Amino acid sequence: MSQYFSGILSLGLIYVIATVGLAIFTGFTGLFSLGHAAFFAIGAYTAAILTYFYGVNFYLALLAAAAASGLVGLLIGYPTLKAKLRTDYFAIATLGFGEATRVLLENLPITQGARGLPGIANYTSLPVILAVAAVVIWIAWNFTHSRHGRAAIAIREDFVAAEMMGVNIFLGRLRSLIFSAACGGIAGGLFAHYFCFIQPSMFTSYMSTQFTAAVVAGGMGSISGPVMAALIFISVPEILRIANIWRLVAYGLLLVLIMIFRPQGLMGYREISFAFVKNFLGRLGKGGKA
Amino acid sequence: MNSLTVAAKTKPMLELKAVSKRFGGITACKDISFDLQQGQLMGLIGPNGAGKTTAFNLITGVYKLTSGAVIFNDQLITGRRPDQIVRMGVARTFQNIRLFKRLSVVDNVCIALDCHETYFLGSAFLRLAGVRRREKAIREQALEYLNAVGLESKAYARADSMPYGLQRKLEIARALALKPRLLLLDEPAAGMNPDESLELAELIRTLHRRFQLTTLLIEHHMDVVMALCEKIYVMNFGLRLAEGTADEIQSDPEVLKAYLGEGYKRAQHS
Repeated sequence: MSQYFSGILSLGLIYVIATVGLAIFTGFTGLFSLGHAAFFAIGAYTAAILTYFYGVNFYLALLAAAAASGLVGLLIGYPTLKAKLRTDYFAIATLGFGEATRVLLENLPITQGARGLPGIANYTSLPVILAVAAVVIWIAWNFTHSRHGRAAIAIREDFVAAEMMGVNIFLGRLRSLIFSAACGGIAGGLFAHYFCFIQPSMFTSYMSTQFTAAVVAGGMGSISGPVMAALIFISVPEILRIANIWRLVAYGLLLVLIMIFRPQGLMGYREISFAFVKNFLGRLGKGGKA
Repeated sequence: MNSLTVAAKTKPMLELKAVSKRFGGITACKDISFDLQQGQLMGLIGPNGAGKTTAFNLITGVYKLTSGAVIFNDQLITGRRPDQIVRMGVARTFQNIRLFKRLSVVDNVCIALDCHETYFLGSAFLRLAGVRRREKAIREQALEYLNAVGLESKAYARADSMPYGLQRKLEIARALALKPRLLLLDEPAAGMNPDESLELAELIRTLHRRFQLTTLLIEHHMDVVMALCEKIYVMNFGLRLAEGTADEIQSDPEVLKAYLGEGYKRAQHS
């Protein structure tokens, strides 16, 4: 049983790593992506191929996964962000990118196509995932509290004014995209060495939607909100697996409930802090009046 | 007057040479030429739709010029991106306030100060000691700029929670934090009553001297313009209507007819 829960927690935390990256891109920089599963997949395949075929050290393979995904982020971000595509057009471009990546993985010899890669070494353990998640969250927090993070927030709030504050909008957006792609890559690398088997059909637009849903439901401009949301979205359907098909209904219901009662997301533009928890408990004590 | 004659010997801080902008069939600005000497405070006035804000957008690179040239500090800035022009020393405020609404007042100023910050992304990721030190310094500097416009007590309020007049002051503080040499103010007194606008005029004069600025001001409050500006450029339908000192402008029959109104001079004297 405890293995069951640690399994859910592991998967949840892997999703947290990718979601935190997307929170920087969507929640802080204000761009939507519907193809982040592609970065996750590129990371998974890069790390798996390196350890499986070339016997590379696992941690080096994780770094390579981050680098490969970051590089692909640069390659697709350069033309699309340079063209100043409107944010909704950009989202469509990422949708195409996500699908194209999956098709590519299905047809490349090195990825062994749709059969996937079985027998990847099981290097990922819960402590490793926990440590990586903690480091990624810490770095993301530092980023949002730096001049680079403020530039991203300025772009999200009002890009005309941001430009008039000396912010290079293209570079700011590209920076966030590469960061989120690298986070997705690391998460993918951990994923591959956790399940020991990957195939292209794991990385569909459904996965991309899950990341985006976690960021939006967790709250824009927040890191702790999307972290919570990612954990909830992974654990609720898993725990409800006994309820069979109804678990997907529960998942949908959860999303709808958040949209009705917290349209700004769980933690829109805020973070969990000691003061926040104290305030929250205080309000609960007074009968939950906001 | 004295500053005009002294400044005339040096090269101008800002020079517009036959600047034109067409949007399809509409000419928003046509052959606008003027120059601004270092330390000057010049007014840009004219009826709504005369092309004043378009002129600002052309100087700051928001719009591309159809023809003509803008020279700032001996450098041709035509065709550069807005953020590049800002870094060269041109800051502006917006007619329809464009603050980062959801952020705190002090964070708004911090974003402007970041313009001159140089620490690297890698050290920001790890929040090294140097970054922490710089962040502290940025915050302290931001409070100084807020102090300069009298907003220090509001530093941690949300920007959009403040009344209109204070938001305009925050826009000015934010523009000053870019450490500009040329400041463009787009209707800073819009929506203010006569007392408030005169107080703002006093603030602009103080800041103009304290930060050794060259200032170009768009304003409809004539008392503000006449009190502050040594030189005034009047636009109408995208064209130059008149140019001169406050006194000259106030008695120019064309300006009275197109903008100030025939009764303006009489009202001033009575």
